[in-house]
Amino acid sequence: MIFFQSIRMAMTSVIGNKIRSFLTMLGIIIGVSSVILVVSVGRNFTNQITGQFDGLGTNQLMVSIMGMGVTSSLTYEEVDAFSQLQGVDLVSPTISGSATAKSGNRHTDASLEGVTPNYRPLKNYQLRAGRFLLDIDSQYRQAVAVLGSEVASKLYGAGNPVGQDVRLNGIPFKVVGVLQPKGSDLSGSNDDKVLIPIATAERFLQTKGIQSFVVKAVNRQDVPSVKAQLEAGLNHKFKNHPEAYNVFDAQEMIESSEKTSAMMSTALASIAGISLIVGGIGIMNIMIMSVNERTREIGIRKALGAKKSNILMQFMFESIVLSSFGGLIGIGAGIGLTSLASKLLGNPIDYAWDIVLISFLFSFFIGLVFGISPAYKASRLRPIHALRTD
Amino acid sequence: MSTEPLIRMENLQHGYTMAGQRTLILQGISFTIDHGEFVAIIGPSGSGKSTLMNMIGCLDLPNEGNYLLDGQNVRKLSDNRLARIRNEKIGFIFQNFNLLPKLSAIENVELPLIYRGVSYRERKRNAEEALIKVGLQERMHHRPNQLSGGQQQRVAIARALAGQPPLLLADEPTGALDPKTGKEVMSMLQSLNAQGHTIILITHDLEIAEQAKRVIRIHDGQVAEDRRIEL
Ligand SMILES: Nc1ncnc2c1ncn2[C@@H]1O[C@H](COP(=O)(O)OP(=O)(O)OP(=O)(O)O)[C@@H](O)[C@H]1O
Ligand SMILES: [Mg+2]
Repeated sequence: MIFFQSIRMAMTSVIGNKIRSFLTMLGIIIGVSSVILVVSVGRNFTNQITGQFDGLGTNQLMVSIMGMGVTSSLTYEEVDAFSQLQGVDLVSPTISGSATAKSGNRHTDASLEGVTPNYRPLKNYQLRAGRFLLDIDSQYRQAVAVLGSEVASKLYGAGNPVGQDVRLNGIPFKVVGVLQPKGSDLSGSNDDKVLIPIATAERFLQTKGIQSFVVKAVNRQDVPSVKAQLEAGLNHKFKNHPEAYNVFDAQEMIESSEKTSAMMSTALASIAGISLIVGGIGIMNIMIMSVNERTREIGIRKALGAKKSNILMQFMFESIVLSSFGGLIGIGAGIGLTSLASKLLGNPIDYAWDIVLISFLFSFFIGLVFGISPAYKASRLRPIHALRTD
Repeated sequence: MSTEPLIRMENLQHGYTMAGQRTLILQGISFTIDHGEFVAIIGPSGSGKSTLMNMIGCLDLPNEGNYLLDGQNVRKLSDNRLARIRNEKIGFIFQNFNLLPKLSAIENVELPLIYRGVSYRERKRNAEEALIKVGLQERMHHRPNQLSGGQQQRVAIARALAGQPPLLLADEPTGALDPKTGKEVMSMLQSLNAQGHTIILITHDLEIAEQAKRVIRIHDGQVAEDRRIEL
């Protein structure tokens, strides 16, 4: 009863002083809207980074060899030796290039990868037809190929390519298998490729040795030690020239970008906290003014039977209405700015709804905390003193 | 009617300390007022009439002496109880009206009912009735600054009446009004007294005081005269 009346009185008073109320809320509005904007955009940014690396698997290390002097690559045996390291599940070396694939009068440009049998479990490919490459294919440098689903459909349509011939840059290869489609990730399409035995590829692409390979650890926990062992081996091979190779851990990248974003969030939260507290001080200031201006009103209300608690509630609600209104306007502005940023950046941004909720609650409590002292002072005014002031 | 008077003042003393100097304003006031009386309190300016009125209205507590309202010693009551007494038993009418400028006439009249916890509909009805009683049915939604002085004082009377308190306190209710409007307010108070309200009226206008049924004159902080007016 008196509760609703108090809210109504608070609203009337806040709305009755529009400009003053707005200026008072400004601190809260700026605080809340900037937090929502920055956290939403920041999170989106981190998600983009982590999303890109997600496809790479969490317990894989990508090794690339830049080389040094005349040694610009590792031999197949040297790479294979890494599979003996403690904690390594498998090693999958790759030689990449591109080729024009042709069958009958149809042709397409595809990326060509020389791989070993380990490539399939590592990349999680399923076969749609035929078989995958075997060790023996590599040993005898067989001219056999496994086609990605896209290449297969471009060259053979709905027909079955297994057993057919495909010409890569004019050289005939026999198709032994076709992969299930997998979509795209950071490294491009997974389906627009032709896989051939690694030794065959070495000759076909006229490269010597292996310049990139993936090492998969048994468990995520093994990754740091595997990485250390790999680096030790490579360091030895390249005589203490760490610029000759690079061991890349996608998970480490994800974690470090998550750490950065967590740190950013904390820093932003503190800045927001400070701006909200400054806003709260503004509210307290205006409430003290309001109580002083309305001393006579308080006296009249008390003469008519208002209890201390009624007066306390009236001014508390006024302060809470001010700060919560500010919070709501700030949320509106924050969401508006975020959608504007999303348009400018050209990608959809998820609003940080948890931050929206938290900042609303925070602005509510700011009103509560900074309203207590002026409201208490108002409630304690003695009726005759209040009635005598003008 | 109870045998206990509505108001019993026993040797009431009250003073103020100004700039370290203590002045005793009320220096031992004693009287009783029964239900249904119409009392005018008169005295020169500064004699302590308003101070006494604040005591009677429970807006302030006396330094010394006892004040029994309906048999209850107000010095022993908590702030909340005093607020309830002001709300239920007393209706104030001030010289300067003391209306809240941002509220309409009817909202001003509703105030004591809000603090009593009366429901919205009943509150509106009571407030309307009170405003009709003082002849302001046409001005219910006007703000105080849209009303004449006499109309404002009638809103204040309606506000004092709305909660049907037994006791009406009027501190120079005609002081800010021209003689004609003053007379209207006085006849309104007389008819309220006829309806059973106890009325205490403060004035320094003897002519107005003569319209009450009893006159108490305060001088030098004491009751100098207490007489009934013969009809
Ligand atoms: N809160 C206060 N603090 C200090 N002095 C006060 C206070 N209230 C009243 N006084 C003093 O007490 C004396 C009596 O004041 P009061 O208002 O009761 O007089 P009054 O009889 O109502 O006078 P008037 O007819 O002019 O209204 C005055 O001298 C006044 O200055
Ligand atoms: Mg006076």
